[in-house]
Amino acid sequence: METKLQLIDATVVVNQATAEEKTILDHVNLTVNSGDFVTVLGSNGAGKSTLFNVIAGSLALTSGQIYLGGQDVTYLGETERTKELARVFQDPKLGTAPRMTVAENLLLAERRGEKRRLRSRGLTEKKRAELREIADQMGNGLADRLDVPTGQLSGGQRQALAFLMATEKTPELLLLDEHTAALDPKTSAQLMALTDAQIKKAHLTAMMITHNLSDALQYGDRLLVMSNGRIAMDVTGAEKDALTIEEMLTFFNRY
Amino acid sequence: MGMILSAIGQGFLWAPLGIGLFLTFRILDFPDMTVEGTFPLGAAVAVTSISNGVSPIMATLFGTLAGALAGLVTGLLYTKGKVPILLAGILTMTAIYSINLRIMGQSNRSLLNLPTLFHTPLLGFLPNNLSVILIGAVLITIIVTLVALFLKTELGQAFIATGDNANMSRSLGINTDAMTIMGLMLANGLIGLGGALVAQNNGFSDVNMGVGTIVVALASIIIGEVVFSGDMSLTDRLITVVFGSIIYRFVLVLVLAIGFDADDLKLVSAVILGLALMLPNLGQRLNLRLKERN
Repeated sequence: METKLQLIDATVVVNQATAEEKTILDHVNLTVNSGDFVTVLGSNGAGKSTLFNVIAGSLALTSGQIYLGGQDVTYLGETERTKELARVFQDPKLGTAPRMTVAENLLLAERRGEKRRLRSRGLTEKKRAELREIADQMGNGLADRLDVPTGQLSGGQRQALAFLMATEKTPELLLLDEHTAALDPKTSAQLMALTDAQIKKAHLTAMMITHNLSDALQYGDRLLVMSNGRIAMDVTGAEKDALTIEEMLTFFNRY
Repeated sequence: MGMILSAIGQGFLWAPLGIGLFLTFRILDFPDMTVEGTFPLGAAVAVTSISNGVSPIMATLFGTLAGALAGLVTGLLYTKGKVPILLAGILTMTAIYSINLRIMGQSNRSLLNLPTLFHTPLLGFLPNNLSVILIGAVLITIIVTLVALFLKTELGQAFIATGDNANMSRSLGINTDAMTIMGLMLANGLIGLGGALVAQNNGFSDVNMGVGTIVVALASIIIGEVVFSGDMSLTDRLITVVFGSIIYRFVLVLVLAIGFDADDLKLVSAVILGLALMLPNLGQRLNLRLKERN
């Protein structure tokens, strides 16, 4: 099986050599294979976001190594990793450009990680029909609002758009950072179901941070629990399917 | 009639300033103070070049390039040096003051009896006012067209996205630092061009001609927005800046006609811009009040 992500002894120490020195990621070893859908749980400050930031390149490792799609990206910056990696954030405002239209946002995302040239952005009728089809996958009216500035969309639509933008050009690894947490329960459940369907349909490799225990159990084929900058639990397949919310709560109380 | 023609011509010549500032103020979403240095820099470079025998067209081009270079400095200070954008602009603007004195060798320089873009044999048949309007209109049409086309390229869209949501842009692999620097260079290039044009039309450049230019540029943008409100494409908005620039010149002509002194113009400019900035907000409040009463 093809390895999409590998962390070797990934460690991040903040405030080094001061009284506030703290290891927020502690010698983490993790391998994610092609097609894995990994949900990541953990209480606040457990290191979930640190893990994502380190993978995305917005935070540098103090020591250790990171491989993305077989390539050593340890010393590559955030923008250089976007060729392989796409990310959806929690805040709907973070994932889309508010004054640009839905179509313009989708066009931007189509060239994720590529050089932007001095040539027409190519918003032809044909392209428009293509984008419409892409937007239609969400089934939430996004397809009819291609020419609306994204700032005027609902939070759910914006977040659905952000998800589409992240998956439009298939990434080696998709990071979902609590991407449904800011939405109301109904919209959140809808987007979660759509996310799952898309990940399965396109055989995406994805990691998803969530605070929602039932989502973490229901979706994905592997579950990580972070605690104190370490991976405290890592279950897959049948073992994961057998987990119950009660067991998870007991597990959390121990940490 | 002469006054009206003069206002239109002046409006065209000052419009590159508004378009330039539009790129930073409205698209990148920050106030770039470099303007106050770039404008006289473009003027100083163009006028000094012409005095040294360079053709007006080349001299205008040099003024534009000098402006772009000033934008590069501010851009590097801001993106690589992490200097806050207001301060970065003020630093560049202050430094340019000395550079302008060096370029001109004195605090002002005249173009008396020298050729300019507006006094070429080719246009000799036209009265001065009309040649200014003609050249201004042609230039501003070219500028608006080029900027509008640029904004619709992949690069232009990445530039807009940078101003709109820098975090998202980075997550899509857009080099936001490069986009910001490019925007500042483009904007200040246009502003340098504006300085070169205005100086040639005035027949001189002066080291102090930059004072208050950011207010003039903002006034063109805001007046355009207030007068032509509603949903508009980016290209339309660039055109409203040109109209804003002309309207602003009309207002100045009017103000002078009702007896204000040329010395009062900076105060008047500030008041006009202040009112234009407050108008949308005041209008809304007034609307609310009226509704409450009904």
